[in-house]
Amino acid sequence: MLTRDRAADIFDRIKKFSSADEVEVLFSGGRFALTRFANNIIHQNVEDENHIVSVRTVFGGRTARATTNRFDDESLRRVVESSEALARVQHPDPDLLPIPDSREAAGVADKKPTPVPSRYFAETAAITPQLRADAVKKIVEVAQKHRLTTAGIYSTAESVEGIFNSRGLSNWHTQTLAEVSITMLAGDSSGWQKSNSPDVNNLDPLRMAEIAAQKTLDSARPAEIPAGKYTVILEPSAALDIVGFMFWDYSGMAILDQRSFLTGRIGSQLFGENITIWDDVTHPLQTGSPFDGEGMRRLSLPLVENGVVKRVVYARATAERMKRSEQKDQIGPIEATGHGFSLPNEMGEMPLNIVFAAPQNPQTLDQMIASTERGVLVTRLWYIREVDPYEKIVTGMTRDGTFLVESGKVKQGIRNFRFNESLIHMLSNVEAMSVPLRSCGEESFDMVVPAMKIRDFNFTEVTKF
Amino acid sequence: MTFSLRTCDRYHNLPCKVWTSFDNGSTSQCALVVVDLNLRMKEIASWALNVATMRGATYADARVVSQRSRALTTKNGKVGSASDAESVGMSVRVLADGAWGFAASEDLSRSGVETTAARAVEIALASARVKEQNVRLAPEKPVTTEWTTPHVIDPFSISVEQNIALLLKVDSEMRAVEGITLAETNLNFNREEQWFLSSEGSDIHQTKYSAGAGYTAFAFAGNEIQKRSYPNSYGGQWQNKGYELIDELKLVENARRIAEEAVALHHADQCPEGTFDIILDSSQLGLQIHESVGHPIELDRVLGMEANFAGTSFLTLDKLRTLRYGSEMVNVVADARQEHGPGLGTFGFDDEGVPAQCKPIITNGLFTGYLSSRETAHTIGENRSGGTLRAEGWNRLPMIRMTNISLLPGEKPLTLEQLVASTDHGILMQTNRSWSIDDRRYNFQFGCEIGWEIKQGKRVRMVKNPSYSGITTEFWNSLDAICSREEWTLWGTPNCGKGQPQQVMGTGHGAAPSRFRGIKVGSAYKGS
Repeated sequence: MLTRDRAADIFDRIKKFSSADEVEVLFSGGRFALTRFANNIIHQNVEDENHIVSVRTVFGGRTARATTNRFDDESLRRVVESSEALARVQHPDPDLLPIPDSREAAGVADKKPTPVPSRYFAETAAITPQLRADAVKKIVEVAQKHRLTTAGIYSTAESVEGIFNSRGLSNWHTQTLAEVSITMLAGDSSGWQKSNSPDVNNLDPLRMAEIAAQKTLDSARPAEIPAGKYTVILEPSAALDIVGFMFWDYSGMAILDQRSFLTGRIGSQLFGENITIWDDVTHPLQTGSPFDGEGMRRLSLPLVENGVVKRVVYARATAERMKRSEQKDQIGPIEATGHGFSLPNEMGEMPLNIVFAAPQNPQTLDQMIASTERGVLVTRLWYIREVDPYEKIVTGMTRDGTFLVESGKVKQGIRNFRFNESLIHMLSNVEAMSVPLRSCGEESFDMVVPAMKIRDFNFTEVTKF
Repeated sequence: MTFSLRTCDRYHNLPCKVWTSFDNGSTSQCALVVVDLNLRMKEIASWALNVATMRGATYADARVVSQRSRALTTKNGKVGSASDAESVGMSVRVLADGAWGFAASEDLSRSGVETTAARAVEIALASARVKEQNVRLAPEKPVTTEWTTPHVIDPFSISVEQNIALLLKVDSEMRAVEGITLAETNLNFNREEQWFLSSEGSDIHQTKYSAGAGYTAFAFAGNEIQKRSYPNSYGGQWQNKGYELIDELKLVENARRIAEEAVALHHADQCPEGTFDIILDSSQLGLQIHESVGHPIELDRVLGMEANFAGTSFLTLDKLRTLRYGSEMVNVVADARQEHGPGLGTFGFDDEGVPAQCKPIITNGLFTGYLSSRETAHTIGENRSGGTLRAEGWNRLPMIRMTNISLLPGEKPLTLEQLVASTDHGILMQTNRSWSIDDRRYNFQFGCEIGWEIKQGKRVRMVKNPSYSGITTEFWNSLDAICSREEWTLWGTPNCGKGQPQQVMGTGHGAAPSRFRGIKVGSAYKGS
């Protein structure tokens, strides 16, 4: 693994090779291992180690980036030359700011930062192929006990992320992550569970396997019920996969570009009063580094309060542009929030540490089911894509455990639905939520999100299984 | 006079013994570079193979890969991003005790390579603790050969200034149209050089080039965002070619029309909902092929190996040569050969050393073939791999990927305008805007950027937000007309995701505009 000291040495060498006005260097990479199983055997089993150094140079308002994974002097000299050659032929960008120093990056003095908890766990980093195989073997035994077949992954990673610049800024973050995802399959049904954490001890693969197996058994012989508007209960993974499609729009750049569904809607009651959403990298269930692509400290911010969109996030340059825009008085607080992507880029920024606030009266999944006269319980959503960017209609499928709920009970498995649903409409119709949990899916990034009970969810078609 | 080793940026990304940098600032020519580099890369690979076999691997292959990419974008008259990237590393894939292991590293020192190879064997032995039977590989004759993507102009030889000037010209053409609120352009170039050696004696040196370019004009007004893209959405057109692709695309010539269409969509009627005959342009049909033919024919999906993430397939093994996939007119091939064209799925050899092939997938409507690998070929009674195993880079395991999955053009001469003229009432849809399909590849829904209602053989009005949906085999059986060769385009899909960890791969899809009868239109906006 690349250490901070070695990275500092590499940065020093890069500075010597550079003739640019300013230099910024990003480091990322680590060691990643993944054991993959299907048909009750391990069929793929991989490990790799790779680190990159990415050099941004600046000449009088012109900037560009070059990246390599070779750290010898000649390679570093060449990556600097590439970056400088690209930068020199740019047109000067009046919106490009000088790179930040460490004081600016740390944020203003009266906002004392909440420390980010350690996200590196030696026990996670020490997981071996043999330990992963042993865990998979136990998952397979659960499948065999229930006469099912299983497929999934068990992965572990240790990673670094760092930034150094010629104005003295240096930030470094190390993290581990363990992840388990399990699908159980029978002839006409399936069930699924997925979980991850920096600390491998927070994962319980056996319990996940049993839950996935039970879903598979319970959804056997699925009935077909007609498409239409139903009350749905989305388990947390399903909720995060669909709501994740709106967070690209919580960006000052997206507003300036008029590609955000929040254009003209900041400050309005867009969702139900029970919806409050934060971006909070310091939350104990969150992961990730506490600084952005320019090294700015990530602030913890309320994006939505009681259904009203209060603000969006900003990279440094986006904030300055917004302050000069005609929208500056209708857009909520404008400041660099530490959510920028590495420069240069055309997307600006986005919030990546979403935390839904706990509802006043949280309900368990069982309570949501018990209070439902007729509805659909959804384990997982799949292949979600945007249909309409301003009404925020998204389409997708249910998958791996879809159930009819009747008279307060899970009645039986049903064939999977296609939905076409507006996120504005959906988040205005949330009738109940659970305590938010750290959750992960496949369509969006990890979040702290509750299960949700939603009325009038729009299923438009039924598939064949 | 003194000299030092320097990295050769013309042929590879490693310190080169023959590129020399003199203290007077001059450099020598890299005259022997190819020979020298090949020897060095083969040496690296052989270190890995030796250790793997000594540690007990019954089969091993090693790939040493050097990748280079350039990405340029503009947005609203300014350069959005300008970046170059290179990545060099090696991987070892082994069979030991009948199970797979794979390890990869950036460390190309002898000790680093040998450690990586030993790790691959250790991982394979761990895999063997959860197996039912030994992996069987279909035989493949070892070869020693070289292959390079045919190209006229090395894309990295074109100056960045020239590229940016082109993109800014396109940008200014789009933004000259009143109502355009956002204009985005992109140019992308890639070069990948790979040395593949196997314990069976294969020694394959392959160099692939690809290029991509495109742009999108957005128009925001009222409560709608509309957009038009050229030549295709989500990055434009991509092919395994040199810079000549960029010249062929006529980017500037089409920019104003595209922007005008984006603005005009605000004044268009909503696409009607109901059952219609539809005509898909070739780019949208390319994506339809990708999602509803290309993925379901992947044999690893069929066998359940992707069940946890990408999903499975409705094409269970009993469907081979029994399923009526489409109408009699439907002929689909999986063709990775150079003679098929410069698709993103064109290569000399796949990443386990199997030569590029052409396989019939749908023949006169009958389902006739899967995409296979050396490990999976026996499950369909084949004694040879179909040659489709590819990896995203040096640090990823090769897996079954689409090559060029193409719908062959109609044999009778038929232009798009003639097809429109022969349609009584229908909707012509162009350029993908959204796409989604279930995890067994039955139910799909696509949205397009623009539609045209056809009545009595004429385009009578533009319609906005067109979408269509259906069930895969019902849809392909409704096809009743395919335009002929002159309307056929080999499209590139540069962003196909699959696998865990997920890998992004480029695939090719040849298609000509085609007509489908009685298709459900408009579900995407139904009930919203």
